[in-house]
Amino acid sequence: MALLQISEPGQSPQPHQRKHAVGIDLGTTNSLVATVRSSSADILPDEQGRNLLPSVVHYETEGVSCVGYEAAEHNSSDPLNTLTSIKRLMGRGIGDIKRLGNSLPYDFAADDGGMPKIKTAYGPVSPIQVSAEILRKLAGRAELAFEGMLDGAVITVPAYFDEAQRQATKDAATLAGIKVLRLLNEPTAAAIAYGLDAEENEDTSAQRLIAVYDLGGGTFDISILRLSKGVFEVLATGGDSALGGDDLDHAIANWLCSELGMTHDLDPVEQRVLLETAKCAKEELTESDKVELDILDAKLVLTKDQLHELVDSLIDQTLSACKRAIRDAGVKINQIEEVVLVGGSTRMPRVGQKVAELFDRQPKCSLDPDLVVAMGAAKQAEVLIGNKSADDMLLLDVIPLSLGIETMGGLTEKLIHRNTTIPVAKAQEFTTFKDGQTAMSIHVVQGDRELVSDCRSLARFELRGIPPMVAGSAKIQVSYQVDADGLLNVSARELSSGVESSIEVKPSYGLTDNEITQMLQDSFSHARDDMRLRALREQQVEADRMLEDLRAAIDKDGESLLDTTELKCLQVALDELQVLRESCDDHRQLANQIESIGKSSEDFAARRMDVSIKQALAGLSLDEALDK
Amino acid sequence: MSIAKNFFEIFSLPASWEIDHSVLDKKFRTLQLTFHPDRYANKNDFEKRLAVQTASTINQAYETLSSPLLRAQYLLKLEGFDADQESHITSDGQFLMQQMVLREALSDVKDCANPKDALVSLSIEAQQAAAKIQADFAQYFNTKDYNQAFDALAKMQFACKFVSDISSLEAELEEL
Repeated sequence: MALLQISEPGQSPQPHQRKHAVGIDLGTTNSLVATVRSSSADILPDEQGRNLLPSVVHYETEGVSCVGYEAAEHNSSDPLNTLTSIKRLMGRGIGDIKRLGNSLPYDFAADDGGMPKIKTAYGPVSPIQVSAEILRKLAGRAELAFEGMLDGAVITVPAYFDEAQRQATKDAATLAGIKVLRLLNEPTAAAIAYGLDAEENEDTSAQRLIAVYDLGGGTFDISILRLSKGVFEVLATGGDSALGGDDLDHAIANWLCSELGMTHDLDPVEQRVLLETAKCAKEELTESDKVELDILDAKLVLTKDQLHELVDSLIDQTLSACKRAIRDAGVKINQIEEVVLVGGSTRMPRVGQKVAELFDRQPKCSLDPDLVVAMGAAKQAEVLIGNKSADDMLLLDVIPLSLGIETMGGLTEKLIHRNTTIPVAKAQEFTTFKDGQTAMSIHVVQGDRELVSDCRSLARFELRGIPPMVAGSAKIQVSYQVDADGLLNVSARELSSGVESSIEVKPSYGLTDNEITQMLQDSFSHARDDMRLRALREQQVEADRMLEDLRAAIDKDGESLLDTTELKCLQVALDELQVLRESCDDHRQLANQIESIGKSSEDFAARRMDVSIKQALAGLSLDEALDK
Repeated sequence: MSIAKNFFEIFSLPASWEIDHSVLDKKFRTLQLTFHPDRYANKNDFEKRLAVQTASTINQAYETLSSPLLRAQYLLKLEGFDADQESHITSDGQFLMQQMVLREALSDVKDCANPKDALVSLSIEAQQAAAKIQADFAQYFNTKDYNQAFDALAKMQFACKFVSDISSLEAELEEL
C-alpha cells in the first residue's frame, strides 16, 4: 500500500481547497479514468472493482440502455444497437468511413454532407454523442470516488489525431458536462506516467531520447521525446489514426472467412462472431503456438507462424512510421536510449519482437500498457488544476500534421509544418487573382500532401469587403493560431483597409456551436433553471478568478507599470465587477463586465509579461519575485 | 503587443550569426517553464490567451534562431533586407554548375548498384557544400557586406532544399 502523506506544520493544505481532477483515456476498445491520490496515480475502478470500461454503448428505443461491460453483452445479439470502436468515427466524414471498409457493421443515416450518424433503435446518433455517454459514465465513477463534483479533466487523444478528431473529442466532453483542462497526446501521457525524467535527477544536465510506441485498439502513434530535467519535449510524432488492434483482428477474421469458404456478404451477427473469434485466437496465441477454433459448426487450427503471416504487413506499417518520425526528429535510431510500449495491442509478442528488432534494444513495458496513459493524464490533471506545484514539469508537444491553405490550382500552401512545437502562430500574405476582386474564399486544410484533394478539409470561410484593386495588389494576411490542445483558430485581414474576418475552425464533420448548445439544452430540458444557474456559476468563477488575478497583479506591479489614471480606472472597474459578482444574477451582464475589463487590462498584462520574461531569464521565477 | 520584439532580444542574445545553441536551448526551456499555457490553466481567459500568444512567439523565435537558414533570413530582415528570396537568383555560375551536378547525381541514385551508399556519399558532399555557404554568409554578414550576404542566402536556400530532397529520397529507399 502507498504510504499516506502528512504535511509540514503550518503548511497543511486546506482540505476544501483541493480540487478534483482526473485523467481520462478515451480508448477505441476500453476507456479509463484515473486520479492522483497521495502522490501516486490510481485508476478509479467501478463498483465491482474493474479498472476498464469497455467503450461500448447500447441503445434501445428509449435511449441509452447501458454503457460498458453490460452493453458489451449485447454485442452478438443486437449488433446494430451496440456501438463499439466509436473512436474510429470521431471527426470523420462519410467518405473516410467508406475507406475503413466494412469493418464497422453499422447502418449509417443518410449522408447530409456533414458528420455521419448511426441508425439505432433510439434514432440516429453521432459519434460525439456516443463518446459523451462513455465520458459521462467515467465522470460518474470519479464523482462517486470523490463524493463530490468533478472540477476538470485531462482527456487523452492519439498524437496523430487531426484537428477534426481533436475538436470532436473536446465537443464530446462539453456534451458530457466535463471541463477539459487539456487534450493530451497519449504517448506524451505515457512518458509522464513512466516518470522517465525521475531517473536522471543525479545528473541534471543529461538529456535523453526516448521513443513511445503506442498501438491501441484503433490507433497507432509513435513519438520521439527529448527529456531533460522535467521538460518533456516532443521532437516528432507520427502514426496512423486508423490502424490498431482492430485491424489485426480483421486480418484474422478475413482469413477465417476464406477458410470457411464464406463468399456472401456477411450479416452483422456473422461479422461480430468472426471478429470475436479472431480476437480470442490472437489472445490465445500470446501464450501458445497454435489454437483450435470452433466457429460456425467448423473446426480450424491457427498456428503462430500463420498468425505472423497475417499481421506482419500491418506491423511493418507501424515500423515505417517509426522510421519517418525518427527522421523528422533529426536523430539517429541508435541515439534513442529507451523505447516504451503502450496500448493493449503491444501485448501481442510479435509486436514487441519487431519493435525490439527495429530499435535494436529491448522495449520497456513495466507498467500495464492498458493503464499507463490514464495514469499519465491524471498526473498532468493534478498539475493543471493547481493541486500540485508545476515547477518541475513541462510538456512541449507538437502538431502532428501540417496546416495549410488552398491556393490557385488546388494546391496546398503550408503555413505550419508538421512537428512544429505548439502553441504556434504563423501569418502569411496572399493576394487577389482578378482585378476588382472584393471577396476571397479561405479554405483551411490539414495534411502533408501537395494537392488539396489529398488533404483533409477543415473549414471554409470568406473574407468580404476587400476594396477593389488591380489583381495582385491587395494584401490579405491570413493568420493561424494553434493552441496547446492542438486546436486551430484562423483569421484573415486585408492590410490596407483593415477588413477582418476570423473563424474558430469548426471541422466540416464536427458539431456546430449551435448543435452543441441545442444538445446541451435538450439534456437540460427538464431543468432550464439549472442551465441558467450553471452559466451564472461559470461566470462567477471567472469573475472571482479575474478579481483575484488582477488585484494580485496591481499589488505587485500596479505602481511600477501603470500611470495613476490607468490604475484608478482599473480599480474602479474591478470594484464594479465585485459588486456585480455579489448582486447580479444575469450571467450575460457579468460576462460583459469581465470582457470589458479583460480588454482594458490587456496592455497591463502585456507589460507584465515583458517584465517577467526578463525576470525568468535572470533566473527568477514570478513566484520568487513575489516572495521578495 | 510589446513582446513581439526582436527574436534575439527575447532570449537576451546579441543579434549575430554565431549562436551558442546550448545557451539558446537552456533559455528557451526557462522561458517556456514560465510562459507555457499549462502555467496559466487556472488563470482568467485573458491571461490564458496572452500566454498562448507569448508562448507562440517564444516558440517561433526559438525555431528561427535554431535553424541556420531561418536565422540568416531573419538577420538580413533586421538589416532591412526583407528577404523575399524567390525573386533573387544568384548569378554565381560556378555555384549553379555545382548544384546542377549534384542534382544530376541525385536523380541517378536510384539506378546505382547500391543506392543507399551512393546517397550517403552524396549527402556528405551536400552537407559540406552547405557548410561552405554558411561560412561565406557569416563572413559577408560580419563584415556588413549585406549584398553579398543576400546572395549567399539565396545559395543557402538551394543547399537546404537539396539536403531535404536527399532526406526524402532516403525515406523513399527505406520504404522499399
